[in-house]
Amino acid sequence: MENMVNLKINGKDVSVPAGTTILDAARKAGIRIPTLCYLRDINAIGACRVCVVEVKGARSLVASCVYPVAEGMEVTTNSKRVLSSRKTTVELLLSDHNQDCLHCVRSGNCELQTLSTEMGCESGKFSGETNKFDIDFSTPYLVRDNNKCILCRRCVAACKYYQGVSVIGANSRGFDTHIGCSFEKNLSEVDCVACGQCINVCPTGALREREEIDDVIAALNDPSKYVIFGTAPATRVGIGEEFGYPVGSNCQGKMVAAIKALGADEVFDVDFTADLTIMEEGTEFLNRVKEGGVLPMMTSCSPAWIKFVEHNYPELIPNLSTCKSPQQMFGAIVKTYYAEKIGKDPKDIVVVSVMPCTAKKFEKNRPEMAAAGVPDIDYVLTTRELARLIKKNGIMFNELEDAEYDLPLGIASGAGLIFGVTGGVMEAALRTVREILENKSYGKIDFTDVRGAKGIKEATYNIAGIDVKVAVASGLANARILCDQIKEGKSPYHFIEIMSCPGGCVNGGGQPIKTADVRNNTDYRALRTNAIYDTDEKMKLRKSHDNPIIKELYETYLGEPNGHKSHAILHTKYIARSKY
Amino acid sequence: MGKIKLTKVAFSGTAEQEAELRAKLAETKKMQGGLMPSLQAAQEIYGYLPIEVQKIIAEELNVSMEEIFGVATFYSQFTLNPQGRYQISVCIGTACYVKGAGEVLDKIAEVLKVEPGECTADGKFSLNATRCIGCCGLAPVFTINEQVFGKVTKDEVPGILRPYIDGE
Repeated sequence: MENMVNLKINGKDVSVPAGTTILDAARKAGIRIPTLCYLRDINAIGACRVCVVEVKGARSLVASCVYPVAEGMEVTTNSKRVLSSRKTTVELLLSDHNQDCLHCVRSGNCELQTLSTEMGCESGKFSGETNKFDIDFSTPYLVRDNNKCILCRRCVAACKYYQGVSVIGANSRGFDTHIGCSFEKNLSEVDCVACGQCINVCPTGALREREEIDDVIAALNDPSKYVIFGTAPATRVGIGEEFGYPVGSNCQGKMVAAIKALGADEVFDVDFTADLTIMEEGTEFLNRVKEGGVLPMMTSCSPAWIKFVEHNYPELIPNLSTCKSPQQMFGAIVKTYYAEKIGKDPKDIVVVSVMPCTAKKFEKNRPEMAAAGVPDIDYVLTTRELARLIKKNGIMFNELEDAEYDLPLGIASGAGLIFGVTGGVMEAALRTVREILENKSYGKIDFTDVRGAKGIKEATYNIAGIDVKVAVASGLANARILCDQIKEGKSPYHFIEIMSCPGGCVNGGGQPIKTADVRNNTDYRALRTNAIYDTDEKMKLRKSHDNPIIKELYETYLGEPNGHKSHAILHTKYIARSKY
Repeated sequence: MGKIKLTKVAFSGTAEQEAELRAKLAETKKMQGGLMPSLQAAQEIYGYLPIEVQKIIAEELNVSMEEIFGVATFYSQFTLNPQGRYQISVCIGTACYVKGAGEVLDKIAEVLKVEPGECTADGKFSLNATRCIGCCGLAPVFTINEQVFGKVTKDEVPGILRPYIDGE
């Protein structure tokens, strides 16, 4: 039995376990206390003073996000003193904030804006010196505008605790404090992995993706270009949120219809090349086991993870699968096999991929990613950007009739779909590898041990008489643990799946942004994850090697998995990058 | 205060200094909260904390470069800039300030092409604005190493600096 503590909040009796914060106790009593810098699990620092409450007998107001309850405590969350203090706090934040709300990408979904409105803040109450910062446009994936930064340090916490990367932090002190990189370098000059988790936790518009919307509009309006869209697995369970659907809605049909309405020539499914990845990566794994290659083999779908290895563990590059990610395989297949099939010059094809990811914008620019002599992928839109593009075009998403992907590259299996969640690549690979090795077909194909929200999952499966030990990690801080094991020669695994973002791509840095209120109080990742598994379960085609288009692709074009042609088109190499 | 000033002076640390630092870090990295003593030790050895030195600390303590930089720029006891062979300190205490120390400081900065808090790229002159040095009767006053120059006007600055600029 837990040690319970009894207290009064706004006159209401509440009983909570010892150690609970006032913030959580109030929530339990149905009382919402506004927060700003607080993020459950990673950022409880009591810095912003928005969540202050009055505790009877206490000298000053206390920050409820870090203040533990005590027996007999009497808390008031809505006294005049409290409301006035919060209002002043937000007004002071606004006094050094670029209030360019009319043009801000976060307008309508900005936590500072919401607080300001809720608290009835007045404009221009405090005027004086303001900071002027240069905007960091140095990377192809992210823009940092410190003029909108309120120094909550949520991005710093995400970079450190989710990802174990810590390339951003607070520099200088006092009024000069700003979030930046070591020696004031730009993000492109440090070992930032491009994951975009910092964007997802930012309460304001200080962090956003580097937009490619205008480039896509230009391509769609250029009659000489044949524009092909491909959508990643996790985008379909994210996009609906931008149009008012509840979290966990699979809006695949509407998303495809919307892209067609934008004027795309064809819309394909990147789940198809996820299936293709399984054929290549599964075969690569089997070959490594048979031929005594480097083990454990680690997956290569997540471009932030790849960049992380290149910076932090270059000695583990031989452990990485040489497979391109599904995005890059998609562009490569469209501009080789498919271009040939439809008789188009790859130079005239524009491939736009829709991704739950910001690192994909970095990946597409890697010079080696050009199977047909032109970049495999031309533009990457995040799920959020696609929603903005749809709105900009006046397309009424919610009223669209569901549409199907185009053929042939629109046919994909449930195995390809589950690439969008942590454990999905592993499960998809196991579904295929087991059947190929044992040369039989299974009815029950769920590998539930590798599913779920845990940071690191491990399992052993007996496949064709061999005990295959696998591990799955999401969040690069967890990946670090597995990498260190390998470095020390202590890794017991044969095959490791890593996704950079906690929970996998459903929670990618390009997915719809959830405010702290949602992040702290709902399991939105699980809802998106369930939507993926529910869809997979209902699909007829659930194994990559059963995908008829995959079979046709190998028979008519590629030859065999890991064959000569596959290697030229679908595989890649990595480079060691500096950590400092 | 103001923008963080990064040094333009080329790093000239020696192998002995590095060995000394690494030996110190072998102790400090075992300590809880070992970053502060590590930075203090490094500044003791090198006189400042350039990127080359912060990299050594990052490696040894297994912390990120930014976490080190954040601490190094938060505390005023740490400096990212080396001291020059000629250290110029301009008093901007109240008395000196009202007697025109600000103008003197600006003039020195202009002549030597160096900002307060910085060192010239050749490592010859470093310029600092300091608090009251206790000889208000000489206001405005500045020092070059041990040499004191009192009751200076901004117009006298180039003449005072000339022998130092021309000399070794």
